[in-house]
Amino acid sequence: MGILSSAVSITRYRVEGKIEGSATEMVARGLKKNIIPDIDEDAVEKAAGWTSFESPFQPQFEVSNFVFGNLFIFSLRVDRKSIPSKLLKKHLTLETSKRLAKTSRRFLAKDEKQALKDKVTAELAVRVPSTPNVYDLLWDFEKSSVCFFSNLRSANEELETLFKRSFSLALIRLFPYTAADLQAGLTDQERDVLLGLSPTHFSN
Amino acid sequence: MLDLSVAYSRYRFLGDEFLTWLWYLIETNQDAFRSVDPDCTALEIGNRVVLENRKGKSIERITIKGDDAGLEEGKMALKKGALVTELAMVFKTGEHEWWFSIKGESLNLSNLRAPGPTLPQSPEEMEPFLLDKTQQFYKLIDFIEKMYKFFIKERISKSWSSKTTPALKKWVRLVE
Repeated sequence: MGILSSAVSITRYRVEGKIEGSATEMVARGLKKNIIPDIDEDAVEKAAGWTSFESPFQPQFEVSNFVFGNLFIFSLRVDRKSIPSKLLKKHLTLETSKRLAKTSRRFLAKDEKQALKDKVTAELAVRVPSTPNVYDLLWDFEKSSVCFFSNLRSANEELETLFKRSFSLALIRLFPYTAADLQAGLTDQERDVLLGLSPTHFSN
Repeated sequence: MLDLSVAYSRYRFLGDEFLTWLWYLIETNQDAFRSVDPDCTALEIGNRVVLENRKGKSIERITIKGDDAGLEEGKMALKKGALVTELAMVFKTGEHEWWFSIKGESLNLSNLRAPGPTLPQSPEEMEPFLLDKTQQFYKLIDFIEKMYKFFIKERISKSWSSKTTPALKKWVRLVE
């Protein structure tokens, strides 16, 4: 459910940190450096990176692709290869039989079994195409505000890690405590009161 | 600032109290919404309310959904000590409506249907579309953030225990 969807989910963030120089150039550098890699020909099972909002499967990061008015809009893409367990079992059984026949043994050691499983998984990962998941992001630079168009925990965790690595800026998720601490304009004294709050019971 | 994962769990009750307080305001004081956003003509309960009662050893969860859902069951749950943990609402201005759900523990928005232009038909229409759509998203987000600030200021003030809590208790008590 991205910006263009009729119904969207939004997780809100506050951006913390300072930027030296041009924000647009800094963002362009961070996006290009962490663009989603193509893993379809590799043994890698998962990849996360930035992609362009308008062409998520052919990422390009020219200024016209991610600057809209005073907003930065781009997308997080997470590609995963899902190897069906039955497929893995089939290939692992065949490889195990071959290995046993070659070495004239009846059993493989635990370490050998794991090594063979890793090898088979890697070989299958090259042949299985990845499934992309795209999540849009809207960054209002002047407000230090980011809206991420997903509430999925895994997607939000990927976002927080990649954002920090790309722009050297921290994303602080706005939930009840952080929204109160960062956005309610509290004095130090009021923050102390906030820390000491405990639940109210409205029933009698 | 506190460790964020600790703070998330420790203060999730603030989000649940916020939603319960919003329901109270929706029924008793729509002027509060207009004081925060003069464009607001109404804030209404939508088609889904989730409540949780954590008073006992186990958590009791009550979900009320459907366009014609009666809220009596939810109010009875409030009377027994539950709080609202998820609330679908409709934010209305003179011309437009925003339908959305908000979760107490995270303040995340979901199923947000904001007004705005039709989907762009050409690349040239993309930028105006995005700017307009973003403005509509932020219209609601600004409203929610202002209401939450209003709530927090109230929550940490002395009037929370002397005025607001008794008023909320009275509202809950009057539930048939």
